[in-house]
Amino acid sequence: MRQMLNTLFVTTESAYLSLENENVVVSDGDKAVAKVPLRSIESILCFSYKGASPALLGKCCEFGVSVSFYSPRGRYLCSILGESNRNVLLRRKQFVLADDASACSSIAASFVIGKIYNSRWVLERATRDHALQVNVERLKRQSSILASALKEIKNCDNAESVRGIEGQAAKTYFYAFDDLILNNKDDFYFERRTRRPPQDRMNALLSFVYVLLSGDCKAALQGVGLDPYVGFLHADRPGRASLSLDLVEELRPALADRFAISLVNTKAISPNQFEVRENGGVYLNDAGRKVVLAAWQKRRNEQITHPFLREKIPWGMVPYVQALLLARYIRGDIDAYPPFFWK
Amino acid sequence: MNMLSEDDSLSVRSTVRPVEYPEDDWLALSGVQHYEFCKRQWALIHIEQLWTDNARTVAGDLEHKRAHDYSASEKRGDTLILRDLRVFSKMLGVVGDCDIVEFQASEDGVQLHGRKGKWLPYPVEYKYGTSKTNNADRLQLCGQAMCLEEMLSCHIDEGALFYQRTKRRERVEFSEELRAQVVNAFADMHELFQRGYTPTVKNQRGCSNCSLKDLCLPELMKAKTQSARAYIDSIVAGALEEDLR
Ligand code: SF4
Repeated sequence: MRQMLNTLFVTTESAYLSLENENVVVSDGDKAVAKVPLRSIESILCFSYKGASPALLGKCCEFGVSVSFYSPRGRYLCSILGESNRNVLLRRKQFVLADDASACSSIAASFVIGKIYNSRWVLERATRDHALQVNVERLKRQSSILASALKEIKNCDNAESVRGIEGQAAKTYFYAFDDLILNNKDDFYFERRTRRPPQDRMNALLSFVYVLLSGDCKAALQGVGLDPYVGFLHADRPGRASLSLDLVEELRPALADRFAISLVNTKAISPNQFEVRENGGVYLNDAGRKVVLAAWQKRRNEQITHPFLREKIPWGMVPYVQALLLARYIRGDIDAYPPFFWK
Repeated sequence: MNMLSEDDSLSVRSTVRPVEYPEDDWLALSGVQHYEFCKRQWALIHIEQLWTDNARTVAGDLEHKRAHDYSASEKRGDTLILRDLRVFSKMLGVVGDCDIVEFQASEDGVQLHGRKGKWLPYPVEYKYGTSKTNNADRLQLCGQAMCLEEMLSCHIDEGALFYQRTKRRERVEFSEELRAQVVNAFADMHELFQRGYTPTVKNQRGCSNCSLKDLCLPELMKAKTQSARAYIDSIVAGALEEDLR
């Protein structure tokens, strides 16, 4: 499988990125604080307002290094990626399928089956690993409701009802989510998912991690030549990267939720690494973001065995491999889109 | 070497081929190397336009630089050396570049624009590495010769492949058999291109050192994982069973 190179995270708000030969130079004021060869990285995540020089961006495109910009607080702004729109037949086929109700429902079902399956195992894992600390009964009950949702999807023949089941399943899952938090319960708790803005630390953490995962998914889809804006589960809406959202769904429980929970349970992240704003919104502060990004990078390098390809890959490659499988399905190499099943 | 028999996708090949391909439909001549190596690889690169510039091709490019420089064309005694010459054939429907075409002064030769005398073309293609076991390089060279023949209305008997690693020149005779293979290969490539069809994975030994393996996913062929539908069903069925316990 393709080699996964490192990601360069730039978290200094005032940093500016420029090109020197084939290196990216990070400077703060007049001082160059880092110099990294472009050949050794595959993406740059920049959480600085100052941005990067056009020369650097051009070189990144040439080298296939993707660059994503976020506001210092982690709001996604934009990304660039070299020529990835060449596979025009693939995209045409993607659009044709997106207009075909039965194809949509089958692909949407794959995404949701993946999501529910993985959500369920997040709950099941907790009952095994922390039997003495968690409310096993509640987790088991929610898990079995999720299992029956899987059965229901099998009999679904339209995307609308797939979406309905997905919504129910998300509620079922989040109902037990608070049980997964084992430490610092006064500071980290979960009642329900709040996004605009996140209203507690757990939601703030989840939101930030989802942004990272979404960025990976979008880059992965673009990287294989798919259009991230034309989805199957999520309907078209102007400005919405629907296909990215589709892919995020199945990866969210295993890749993002577990990651966020483990940061809390291992006390890698602490309550004072958050800040509350005037609107009541809770966000990670600078120190918090650094902790999360460093841990994220570490997690991305951990190896897993891809259940369908049966090959060892770093988990950071999972979005890319899934995007590739989707592309290969759309081009007719396999008879269904196999979601990523985690256990 | 049998190029046509193994692929199911070619069975519907139309019997009517155009006499001349319009310019818009011309394919890259160099693609015949990919096609000869693996039809799917060719389709992934040329139809689906997937290409990862891996380290190997970058190294190849660097060594290629010198041969590819039209301005470095020169005349040495009776030999005129043109570098990086663009060639095409309407009959084959291809366009490409010759690394080097050596023109020998000869009474049997053809006239060239702006040059005195008559000249016989002799294409030489530079290759990274060493001589291959497959026919790919020879087909490409022969394709170049056929382009030159069509452009200059002449006949070319042979050319040469120069392998950088071994610094060996290998003579290639443009036999009728080789020419037929070139004609058939391009006809089939045009057919696939028109349908936008990517042949499915044929598990072959070449996969392990194929530069496109990470985009092609030859693993999709592994018997056990062949049906994604069955795979999903079995995982879901398994999940429900666990629940019953
Ligand atoms: S991996 Fe194998 S099947 Fe795929 S393009 Fe390469 S040689 Fe062909």
